[in-house]
Amino acid sequence: MSKFLETTLAATTAALVLAAPASAEKFNLGREALPEEVAAWDIDVRPDGLGLPEGSGTVAEGEELFIEQCAICHGDFGEGVDRWPILAGGQGTLTDDRPVKTIGSYWPYLSTAWDYPHRAMPFGFARSLSADETYAITAYLLYVNDIVDDEEFELNRENFTSIKMPNADGFYMDDRDEVELPKFIREPCMENCKQGVEITARAAVLDVTPEETAAREAEEAAKAAESEEEARAEEAAAAETATAEAAPAAAPAAEAPAEAALDPELVEHGKKVFKKCKACHQVGEGAKNKTGPILTGIVGKPAASVEGFKYSKALRAKAEEGLVWDEAALAEFLRKPKDFVPKTKMSFAGLKKEKDLAAIIAYLKSVGQ
Amino acid sequence: MTTDSKSGTTRRGFLKAGLAAGGALAGGTTAARAAGPDPTITEIQPWNQENGDPVDAAPYGMPVEYEKHVKRRTVYWLTADPVSSINFTPLQDLDGIITPNGICFERHHSGAANVDPAKHRLMINGLVEKPLVFTMEDLMRFPRSNHVYFLECAANTGMEWRGAQLNGVQFTHGMIHNVMYTGVPLRLLLEEAGVKTNGKWILAEGADAAGMTRSIPIEKALDDCLVAFKMNGEALRKEQGYPIRLVVPGWEGNMWVKWLRRIEVGDKPWMHREETSKYTDLMPDGRARMFTWVMDAKSVITSPSPQKPILHGKGPTVITGVAWSGRGTIPRVDVTIDGGKNWHKARIDGPSLDKSIHRFYFEFDWDGKPLLLQSRAIDSTGYVQPTKDELRAIRGVNSIYHNNGIQTWYVNENGEAENVEIS
Repeated sequence: MSKFLETTLAATTAALVLAAPASAEKFNLGREALPEEVAAWDIDVRPDGLGLPEGSGTVAEGEELFIEQCAICHGDFGEGVDRWPILAGGQGTLTDDRPVKTIGSYWPYLSTAWDYPHRAMPFGFARSLSADETYAITAYLLYVNDIVDDEEFELNRENFTSIKMPNADGFYMDDRDEVELPKFIREPCMENCKQGVEITARAAVLDVTPEETAAREAEEAAKAAESEEEARAEEAAAAETATAEAAPAAAPAAEAPAEAALDPELVEHGKKVFKKCKACHQVGEGAKNKTGPILTGIVGKPAASVEGFKYSKALRAKAEEGLVWDEAALAEFLRKPKDFVPKTKMSFAGLKKEKDLAAIIAYLKSVGQ
Repeated sequence: MTTDSKSGTTRRGFLKAGLAAGGALAGGTTAARAAGPDPTITEIQPWNQENGDPVDAAPYGMPVEYEKHVKRRTVYWLTADPVSSINFTPLQDLDGIITPNGICFERHHSGAANVDPAKHRLMINGLVEKPLVFTMEDLMRFPRSNHVYFLECAANTGMEWRGAQLNGVQFTHGMIHNVMYTGVPLRLLLEEAGVKTNGKWILAEGADAAGMTRSIPIEKALDDCLVAFKMNGEALRKEQGYPIRLVVPGWEGNMWVKWLRRIEVGDKPWMHREETSKYTDLMPDGRARMFTWVMDAKSVITSPSPQKPILHGKGPTVITGVAWSGRGTIPRVDVTIDGGKNWHKARIDGPSLDKSIHRFYFEFDWDGKPLLLQSRAIDSTGYVQPTKDELRAIRGVNSIYHNNGIQTWYVNENGEAENVEIS
């Protein structure tokens, strides 16, 4: 009998008698994990603080990071945008008809609020937050949930486990075996089990069943076209009553500079910077409008001109004035979007580094057509 | 035929087509007398005269064009973004117990990771004698095991807690699939590393951008969990965790970590996002059950159902559906056609495997009058699938997960079915 078969049989027999793992035969497969390798992957954190790295961050630092990296989906104060998760508030709502489950109202352990963003956020650019940044963001999450009230509060490895979450005692072990099984392990009735039967609810009343995607997209496009027409009609009406001086500036001819070769290093850096945009914007083949419009070929394009995307009134107004996304305009917008278009839907804080700005524009040019 | 299958791709279109066909056939099903010769018989069909496709026309075959409507579908308003979302298995179009790989429902938290198997590693660390790293080649040298198991998302039927909401078994019950897994028992890998005596829990972690993690008690890990690399004989699909996923038989789907890259052994659970803020069941008193791992016994009639109306009019009719339990096998399924006044034992046909989907049938002579259809699974522990109201009496309507209540379809005299609830 081969050594392999012997070992297999031995292992199988060991399994049958549920032998302690220590006594099991080994295959001597795989290799020992190096400490650096374990350190690279073992980033998990437990409620008792096991796994927390050295580091610290304050509420104020966290606020800045949160607005820059998280607010686009979760809102400036964790209130949630569209259907993205609400992170703050909701305390005292767990027995309501519509409970609001947030970090403050529901999560039992602070370690979860540290571990999760550190491993999986920002959405589309996971594992990019340093330990200090994660401490800071977690501190800010405590602040917006009224668990700490001082903007100077610093969260660190030392004080971490001293913080008790409001709903820490709100959980208990699955008790279906005691509560439900005695009720549901039973002899079922087969004949004359009830007198009358009435329909008490129908799905057709709600009618939220999805139609085919194509049909839905057509429907949405039709709706968008409708509301766009309405908007245009409104604008036309407004223009009529407005003074004549508001005539829109003639749109400058789209810049058509001789295609200078792009710096591949800058483009590569821009590709990295674009990860901050990817949660909402797509580029390239098969790109679709998501929370933000498709950005393929955006450089040199008139503003608010991507088909099928519902822009804010503010950006449409800018477009009416003749805004074209040339390099200068894009750079100004991306430096601080809310300064350039105060009521834009884009809740991105902006790129601070000039190099990032140049890189993102180079990258957007590189995905031009 | 092409026209039929095209109109069958939307629910309303399908119902219209169904009605037309039903009307045309209504008088003819039992008469068995043709008005005139059937041209599909008297005329030579192209496939009877001309050659078909050569071999290799499709080196990896896809279903025939007439079956294009059999596909996964999503409910677009459920989630904020399709990258962190879910779609549903088309149960209404399936038979037997096995779900074909391409239509197994998908649920990702940060998209379906595209993992290069040559760069994939499985690490075992924590409370072990020797932390280990395995390559895919290493894993292939361990003894393998084959098992058919259902995988059901804990949120399957979760949109129905407050009442009948979605008109289609694909949407009400489609977060489930049932395939044969080939994999290495997790026990063998843990034994290879040597679990220390204080090792009571494992943490399974995925290689995707969600870094999905779940805590699992060591007893389950050493019992029947598999590190699977094949489904239905071929490599896992990307969206199912290629190159390896954890198989946790009978327990909620979220624990079956995809793109599995690490198993850590510890003395306590980790209480990560997916076992605290999610996958905990909020009860009416404002507290929540946690670690509700086992999937309770459940069944549903897949045909007729809202996406699968009865098209043939009255007469011999087949009711079919699926049943499963995380606690064992399903020795019995009952079916009612009158809303639960009287029940009939259905016929279970095909393999009856532990923690696998079972297929049941109930054949009857339909008199063309409206029906209120339900099925009720009874598992090998004697657990009888409860009604939705019985569950609500204990759990309220905000628990999201683990809705295994009895489903009702109302079928009208035209054979159209609707998702309803009854007294």
